[in-house]
This record gives sequence, structure tokens and C-alpha cells, in this order.
Amino acid sequence: MKLTIEEVRHVAALARIGMTDAELELMRDQLSHILESFDALGQVDTDGVEPTRHSVDVDSVMRDDEVRDSLLREDVLANAPSKEGDFVRVRAVLGDH
Amino acid sequence: MNSSDVLGLSVQAAKTLLDRGEVSSYELTRAVLDRIREVDGRVNAFVTVTEDEAMAQALSADRRIADGDNGPLTGVPMQIKDNMCTRGVPTTCASHMLQDFIPPYDATVVARLQLEGAVLVGKGNMDEFAMGSSTENSALFPTRNPWDLDRVPGGSSGGPAAAVAADECVFSLGSDTGGSIRQPAALCGVVGLKPTYGLVSRYGLIAFASSLDQIGPLTKNVTDSALVLNAIAGHDRNDSTSIRYDPPDYSRALLPDLKGLRIGVPKEYFVEGLEPGVEEAVRTAIGVLEELGAKVEETSLPNTEHALAVYYIIAPSEASANLARYDGVKYGYSAAEADGMWDALDKTRQDGFGPEVKRRIMLGTYALSTGYYDAYYLKAQKVRTLIALEFRDAFQRFDALVTPTSPSVAFKLGEKTADPVQMYLNDILTMPANIAGIPAISVPGGIVEGLPVGLQFLGPPLGEETLFRAAYAYEQATEWHRMRPDL
Repeated sequence: MKLTIEEVRHVAALARIGMTDAELELMRDQLSHILESFDALGQVDTDGVEPTRHSVDVDSVMRDDEVRDSLLREDVLANAPSKEGDFVRVRAVLGDH
Repeated sequence: MNSSDVLGLSVQAAKTLLDRGEVSSYELTRAVLDRIREVDGRVNAFVTVTEDEAMAQALSADRRIADGDNGPLTGVPMQIKDNMCTRGVPTTCASHMLQDFIPPYDATVVARLQLEGAVLVGKGNMDEFAMGSSTENSALFPTRNPWDLDRVPGGSSGGPAAAVAADECVFSLGSDTGGSIRQPAALCGVVGLKPTYGLVSRYGLIAFASSLDQIGPLTKNVTDSALVLNAIAGHDRNDSTSIRYDPPDYSRALLPDLKGLRIGVPKEYFVEGLEPGVEEAVRTAIGVLEELGAKVEETSLPNTEHALAVYYIIAPSEASANLARYDGVKYGYSAAEADGMWDALDKTRQDGFGPEVKRRIMLGTYALSTGYYDAYYLKAQKVRTLIALEFRDAFQRFDALVTPTSPSVAFKLGEKTADPVQMYLNDILTMPANIAGIPAISVPGGIVEGLPVGLQFLGPPLGEETLFRAAYAYEQATEWHRMRPDL
């Protein structure tokens, strides 16, 4: 089953990755080819089988509510592409900016 | 002692010389840095070389040694794969997205090794975000195999495997999501261990697929692997998936014989596409295990054939969620020209990620999207259960399993880049251990036409001691681990 170009465009929008028309076409071919190689999985009998999300049992992990050192603000902000004072600067979310 | 005498030293041999005062950490570190300068222009195993920091750390290690305050790793030069955070030292994940990222903290494994006094000489190249099997997906440059510079070192920990093989460090740390420590270890003729899921903290490891990722050592021999694991294993409050378990001293598991050990040979690992030379080497190695006293028997793990599909649904799904954090706002690359937040996101991710990373994010997003979740993601998680149960049953009858690590020896650069599925098949023998969360180790198991072959042992959860015993006995009975590439 080959994906349609609309499906690929929809997935790219969900993943928030901009793509040119040529990139969408290539992705369509490659994803379709990869998905075909998964076909046999549908034939495996998994009636009554529980899914495994983690290979070790992970329950909610609790810890004491104690004060610990956190990272230095200057160190953390040093990596922000755009900042103003002690704040990370973001672009306009709505409308013109 | 001149620098050629100390190149190629194992952790164990280095410690002996350091303890006796026959070499200082300063001299050893200098020799390793000179070696990097001499060969890394051809090998390209390093993204960053931390020369000044390394010399300062070496001096401080020498003071500890003089004071008698030293452990097995004090003063030993190490490399770290570039997806583990090193405070103040760039950590790129071999991606344009993180090319200028300088972590404000150390990964737990880095902190533990530095507490032991190990000396960081630099960061290892890798496939971008650890997605790949050849290190050709590095957005910076490809790494080359020290045994043949026209061939790949494997991946994604290609930099670490090549650096250890080329004596550009004494040991390195890699990460393994589907074989990314063991497959390059096999292709470069070194030892690579993927521990049990949760044995080593992932805090500070840049996440790829959180239910599969595990950090482990790449070393020149099995003893070193045990010594490095001793330093990094154990519960960490900063990683809620790390196991509450008090690890043993793994070096005590290194015994020279295999009397009474039951070893299974799963026939599904001798698949179509396995190179005849690799199969012959592994069959010969199995003969050695029998001579050492192991009881070897063929067995069957029929669900192995579904591991590829399960892996390539689960890993990209988790990756698509983990890599959603790269938004160009808090850190990392940010597209300069954009019209508001949404356009900036699209452009940042379009330019910042390479083709394989985009392919996996797209695949994972698709598998998790409305209408496909049950058919792909949920189905894969159920088959994951079947694969794990199959291993559990096998380990009722066997102490360990033995298989080839990779279906082929090192291949040529460019040979498998055109077809993603062809590249994915490189990890077909290593992915099942990640899916089930069990430990596995690759050791040098032969040479075919001048290129190394890897022998893989798999064990039950927390069965690292058995793996070390089997791998050590085999290593001591053979000469493969002594062979080094001629650079």
C-alpha cells in the first residue's frame, strides 16, 4: 500500500517539519517501502497478549520532597538562541509580530 | 618510556604502569593526544578534542596516584560518545540541531567516570541522534574504519569503536538502542557491551528511544569492559527507570573456563544474508566454547523474524516524541528567517535535522497517528511481549545464547546509503536484546579477509556476570583481541 501525498503532508504537519514538494515525494516513496517491510507483523497472533511499554516494570517513582541545587540560570540561558534579560525570547504565537 | 610503548594499553595494563610510577597520566594522556593528532585526520573518530581540559585532568589524576587515592580508571584517557552531556564541552549529537550546544551539566556516567579520575580526551562521532548503522548519518563528517579506511566503522557509536581500535583512547562510552555499541564494536574488532536496560543511568544521555536506550563501554578487552561497567552501573535518583540494584564487582566474574555453562545457539540468527565468512568464524568460535567446557545446543527463537518491524515501529515512535523538544527556542539551532512561531518551528526542524532523523520522526509520527496506532504501535508492543517471553523461556534452559553480532563485516562507505531498509538490516541480530531489555556483549571472534568479525553473547536480565565469564574465557582462548589495525 502506497501512502498518498496528502497523508505524507499531514504527517509532516503533525511532526512540524517543513518539506519541499520534492522532499514530500521522496518521503512518500521511502515511508511506503519501509511500511511494506512491516506487513508480516499483522499476521502474528497477539490475542490476549499484553503490550510491553518498558522491559522493566516501572511504577510511579516517588522521592522525598527536599530542596536540591538546580542548574545555574546563566548556564541554562547561555544556550537560548534568543533572549532578553533573564528571559528566553519567543516569536509571536498569534498573528503578526 | 616513549609514547609508542604506551599506545594500545588496556585499562588494566595502564593501571599497572601508573601504579608502579613507570608512566604518569600526564605522559599517557600526552601520548594519546599525539596519536589523535597523528591519525584522526584519516579516521575522524572525534567531533571535539578536549586537549587543555585533558592535560589538567591528567595532572590532577597524577596527584591522586601519588597520594594512593586512585581506582582502576584514575588517569586513564577516555572518549565519550557525543550524545552524552559534558559540562562546558560541546555535545552535538552529530547534528546541526545541537552543533553549538554546551551542556550546563554532566551526564551521570560522565560524572561517575570523572569522580574515578578518568581523563576526558574528547567526544566521539556518531550517526545523527544515534540513528544509523554506519556513522555516515553524522551531519558533521563520516568516521572511517581503522582496519580499512574505505569502509565504515559501523554505527551509531562509530566514533567510539574506531577510536578504541585506533588507540586514540583507552576506552570509550557508547549508547545502544538497537545495536549501536555492539555492531560497531564487531566491525572495528573491539569489545562492546550493552548492559541490561536500567542498569546504567541515562541521565544526561540525549534521548533517542527511551525504552530501548542503554549506555555501555567500548573497550580493548573483556576485563576493561567489566572495570568500566563497575564505575558506571547502579541506581541514580536522576533516572527513574534505573534499577534499584546493588551491582557486584564484575571483575570477579572473569573466569578462564566454561565448565557446566549451558549455551544455546538460536538458529534464527543464522539468517539469509549472513555472510559465509562470518558464519564460518562464528561456527569455529562455538567449537572453542565447547572445548572450554560449555554445553552447547541449538535452539529456536521463532519471533526473531519480527524484531526488525517491532524495532522500526517502537524506536521511531519514541523518537518522534523525544525529538519534539527541538523547537529552536530554549537551545539548539533556530531558523533566523521565519514568520511567527509555527513557521519558525517548521523551518528550524527542516534545516536542523538530517534526512534519516526526519525519516524516523515521520515514521514514528505516522505509527502513532489516529487510525494507525493499533495496527502499528500497539501491535508492535504486543509482539515485543512475545519476543521477551521467548527469551525468558530460553534462559530457563540456557545460561547464555551465542550468535554473530552483525550479518556482515565492515562494508564500504556509500554501499548501503541508497536504501534505508538495506541499512536497517545491519542491526537485525542486535535489536532483539534491546526489545527484551536483556544484556549482550560483542567480542572479537575472527578475521575475514582482513576485517574483524564479532561474536555476540546474550544473557538474562542482570546476567552481565555470565556474559563476562563466557566472553572472557573465549577471549583468553583466542588471539583475536590482540590483533590491531595497521594505520
